[in-house]
Formats: sequence, structure tokens, C-alpha cells
Amino acid sequence: MKYIEPHAHMVSRTTDDYQAMAMAGCEIICEPAFWAGFDRSSPQGFYDYYRQLTEYEPARAQKFGIKHYCWLCINPKEAEDAGFAREVMAIIPEFMDCPTVLGIGEIGLNKNTVSELAIFEEHVAIAQKYDTPILIHTPHLEDKLKGTKLIIDALKNAQIDPSRIIIDHVEEHTAGLVLDEGFWAGMTLYPESKCTPGRAIDILENFGMENIWMNSACDWGISDPLAVAKCAVEMKKRQHSTEIVQKIIYDNPVKFLSQSKNFTA
Amino acid sequence: MPSKKDILDLYFMDSRYKLIDIAAFLDRMDRHEGEPDFRHHGFQKALEAMLQPGNKPRAQAVLEALSDHSEKPIPKATIQGAFGACRD
Ligand SMILES: [Zn+2]
Repeated sequence: MKYIEPHAHMVSRTTDDYQAMAMAGCEIICEPAFWAGFDRSSPQGFYDYYRQLTEYEPARAQKFGIKHYCWLCINPKEAEDAGFAREVMAIIPEFMDCPTVLGIGEIGLNKNTVSELAIFEEHVAIAQKYDTPILIHTPHLEDKLKGTKLIIDALKNAQIDPSRIIIDHVEEHTAGLVLDEGFWAGMTLYPESKCTPGRAIDILENFGMENIWMNSACDWGISDPLAVAKCAVEMKKRQHSTEIVQKIIYDNPVKFLSQSKNFTA
Repeated sequence: MPSKKDILDLYFMDSRYKLIDIAAFLDRMDRHEGEPDFRHHGFQKALEAMLQPGNKPRAQAVLEALSDHSEKPIPKATIQGAFGACRD
């Protein structure tokens, strides 16, 4: 069954993972810029990372017939030093015309600090300037509920069209907050800290099949690049029709991503 | 839509396994030396929320019991990670 992996950090994955994803039916991978697992020491480190996202990974994916797109930003974990974050953000415009850049992401909050929020708002302004969609990371664990509320308030203040924004990593306590305000919601199938397939399907059944997608967010941690394909199998076990499964794992991502001028399915 | 029996067929064994693991974790905490920290209290609160969720779905009640309910951004991050429960 064809599917889109709308949130994966392939720079941290092996070529075997690309092969396995292709064999599972993955046709498109979208890769948000994120934290490397350690803080980069210079803006130049980000310059190289953006080249990796816009040049190297699309070529690596291409070998398996997978289209690779990316989102650019400095992630919230490295936004605590606002001066450093602004130096990195100054590089982003140089890459905004690359043919596989979808927009700004994954921006958001990590520990819900004053500095993270300021840098988040400045990223939103870049997206508004370039008229791109936005992909938003919500904080982990105990910080998620508060961070999601702060993010929604900041977006309302920026008077930005919610239908062009996906707020990712929703769980049972945040999905309603996000969807009720007209944003898209992303569910992440990640061991220990996020959703299991069973819970993700519960969220679909409780909140509906519109404006929502699921992703693996596979990265350098223990995570599963095939999580979306496995959840699609679980949806069938839960007696969801092939059409509904296809809507969640392919049609919905296409609908949201098509708001980016560079995206073609 | 699947029936209750279908859901049991799909998830009973897995949930049984996870439930026993939680019971064993609580026994392990009782058996070992030292003082627990805020995570243990958070876990107890979450268990109560699961059993008495009020008008909320249980999963939401558990997640909320484990969440920071303050509303203002904090001045500065002291760590990058998270603990899974909120300090009281
Ligand atoms: Zn991510």
C-alpha cells in the first residue's frame, strides 16, 4: 500500500531503512530540521546540515524511488540562546528557493521558555514572509500540554491561517485543542514517549479522519521507520476500510503538503 | 466497527501483560531502599486519574495528571529533556 512518511529524520537513518521503507510502499518522505542529539557549535554546522537536507538526502532517497522533501529551521532545543538562533535563522533564506523545501519546521517549544517562544514567533514571521506552511513540534511528556497551549496562543496572535499549519506529536490531551482551532494535527508513532498504533487509531476514531496524519518521527533514538506502515496494518485489524487507511497515510498528507508550492505527489 | 469481543481479541493479552508489569513496578518500588522522587507521586496520581477519570476519557485524564499545568513561559531552561511527570 502506498504511503507518505511525513516526518522522518533520515540523516540519522541507514540506507537499509530507505530500502525497507520503499519495500513497504513509502513513496515520499518529508524531513523536518531538528536537533542532532547534541548542540551544534556554530551556524556553519547548520549550513552544512541544510545542504545535507536539500542536496544529499533527496539524492539518497531517489535511489529507492522515494521523493524526499524537507522543512528548515533551528529546532527549539537549540533556541535557548536567542543570539545564536538568530545567526542560524539568517542562513535560512539562502535555502528557501531550493526545489525540495516545503516550509518552516519543525519549530515549536521544548521547555516552554521565554527565549524559545521568541524564536518560535520569529520563525513564524519567516514562514509568513515566504508564504509557506509550517510544521510544529510540541514539547515532550509533562511539557506538552502547556507548550501546545502557548503555541496555539502565539499563532492566534500572529493571525495566521491555521489550515496551513500542522501541529505535530499530539496525544489524547492535545489533539482536541489543535483540531478545534482549525490546525492540522500530526500523531507520532514513537516508542515510550509518544503514541502506540492502538492509541493513534483511538485518536482517529475519537477525533475524526480530517486534517490529521501519522508519522514515525524516526531519528537517532530507538524508533521505527516502518511505524506508519505497521499502523496501517493495525487499522485494517481494527476494521477500517482500505479507503480510510489510504486517506490517513496518503491522501491527507498530500492535501496538507500541496499547500507548499514545491510539493508534488 | 469492531465489537467489544473483537477489541478483547486484539488487545487483551497485550494490556494484561502491561498491567502486570505496572503492578510489578509498584512492588519493586516498595521493596527497594531510599526515598522516591516526584515521579512516583506523579505515577500514583495518574493511576488514580485512570480509575476516577470523571467525565474525561481515561487516557486524557492520565496524561493530564502527568502534565505541567502552569501557564506562563519559564524564564530559562535548566535541562533539555523531560521527566514524564511534573514536580509538585
Ligand atoms: Zn522530529
